[in-house]
Amino acid sequence: MERILSDLMVDIQNLTFSRGERLIYDNMSMQVKRGQVTAIMGPSGIGKTTLLKLIGGQLKPEQGDILYQGKSIPKMSRAELYQTRKSMSMLFQSGALFSEMTVFDNVAFPIREHTKLPETLIRTMVLMKLEAVGLRGARDLMPSELSGGMARRAALARAIALDPQLIMYDEPFAGQDPISMGIVVKLIRELNNALGLTSIVVSHDVPEVMSIADYVYVVAEKHVIGEGTPEQLRQHASPLVQQFLKGEADGAVPFHYKAAPYADELMELL
Amino acid sequence: MFVSRLQRLGADTIQTVAGLGRAALMLFGAVFGKPDVRKGFPLLIKQLYVVGVLSLLIILVSGLFIGMVLGLQGYTVLVKFGAEGMLGPLVALSLLRELGPVVTALLFAGRAGSALTAEIGLMKATEQISSMEMMAVDPLRRIIAPRFWAGVISMPLLAIVFTAVGILGGHLVGVDWLGVDAGSYWSAMQANVDLHQDVFNGIIKSIVFAFVVMAIALHKGFDAVPTSEGIAKATTETVVTASLAVLAFDFVLTALMFGG
Repeated sequence: MERILSDLMVDIQNLTFSRGERLIYDNMSMQVKRGQVTAIMGPSGIGKTTLLKLIGGQLKPEQGDILYQGKSIPKMSRAELYQTRKSMSMLFQSGALFSEMTVFDNVAFPIREHTKLPETLIRTMVLMKLEAVGLRGARDLMPSELSGGMARRAALARAIALDPQLIMYDEPFAGQDPISMGIVVKLIRELNNALGLTSIVVSHDVPEVMSIADYVYVVAEKHVIGEGTPEQLRQHASPLVQQFLKGEADGAVPFHYKAAPYADELMELL
Repeated sequence: MFVSRLQRLGADTIQTVAGLGRAALMLFGAVFGKPDVRKGFPLLIKQLYVVGVLSLLIILVSGLFIGMVLGLQGYTVLVKFGAEGMLGPLVALSLLRELGPVVTALLFAGRAGSALTAEIGLMKATEQISSMEMMAVDPLRRIIAPRFWAGVISMPLLAIVFTAVGILGGHLVGVDWLGVDAGSYWSAMQANVDLHQDVFNGIIKSIVFAFVVMAIALHKGFDAVPTSEGIAKATTETVVTASLAVLAFDFVLTALMFGG
């Protein structure tokens, strides 16, 4: 039991969460193993980003628990939560670089905030992180001067600045050209292995996710509808999972939004 | 119909109260959080520049014109009674007691307040605030507190500058153009302006306005719906709400200070 516990980085137990009137997760459970790349896939608008914010403690679940390294995130005090967050980081979809600082200062920001290291050492650390994402030469640029792909890589350098144990990627592939997509795919896998990280990737880009994930959850309709390694998932029996993986327009998830029968509506006016 | 209206009234009330509560919590977190001098001081200096120094031009120009208008209008009335020697106190008292603090606060809400709301709303929309929280850095202390204190420090100073320039403007029109005696302009002013009653009260007003304007501007930005529409709405609300609040507070303070 002890061994199994320490094997789990994040353990989501019977999570229920709703936004206003809308129920987003209903009694959902999910585990993220240490050292693995775990992907969470699902159609847009099902609250995948919400899930990451729940893990990060920015939102609180209505029911259920979220354990991070065995400790309950929702039950933490503010000070404990801030302490815990130092060992996790999150890559936002937009990158969320601070627009008034250079790339260098952005990457240095968490180091300067949380340590009292001398500036020369910070410089070395920042250059190492920037080198890892290939942006050492771009350190003096402002975020507005970066392309979308570069901004995300700079944000990734900032996310790994304090050597976190867990890193959460929110739609890392969305809106990227094929080359920067390839770079991000490579970086997520390599950083996970080289730094001994645990990664959670939230995405709906099936081929990219299937190529890097160790374990995949498919979430739809407030539940986990399928889980397994990419291989297992390809053989999954659920028609919903198959439709999602293959990207079919019509199937278990209908093409048409709920509506009255077409013929009836056309006849109404006559 | 009636029930739905009642429901809406209830919902609006709850929303308003909840909003006030969030604003109070935000302000409390920002103002009473343990200050970190090493990190906080450079941030405060930067915001003093952005919020205070960059507002200086509009304050100087407006102050000069308002002083000139006061000089002109005051002269045309006073000269009928042969009392143009009282132009100095008229200009100085109007500016010190009312126009200096109030107009500065209104201009400040329009110039700096709206900019702060838009800046913070945009930070929220681009997830910068969220990402700061995830980096275990409290955005209230890192973003809100330095801006708040910069506003509270700079607005009374701007009001003093406004008043001083306004008095010079009144001098320019009254003495230099319309021929009021310079000696009587200044000596009547000296005789009629009281340090406590007029100067200090004006500064107190300005400090209160600074708290009000900054609290509204920062709260509206921090609470903005993170879309382009939401930010536009929040910016407008900052200017409207802050201006009205300043005028309302001005009446209350005036009644307390000069009413009794």
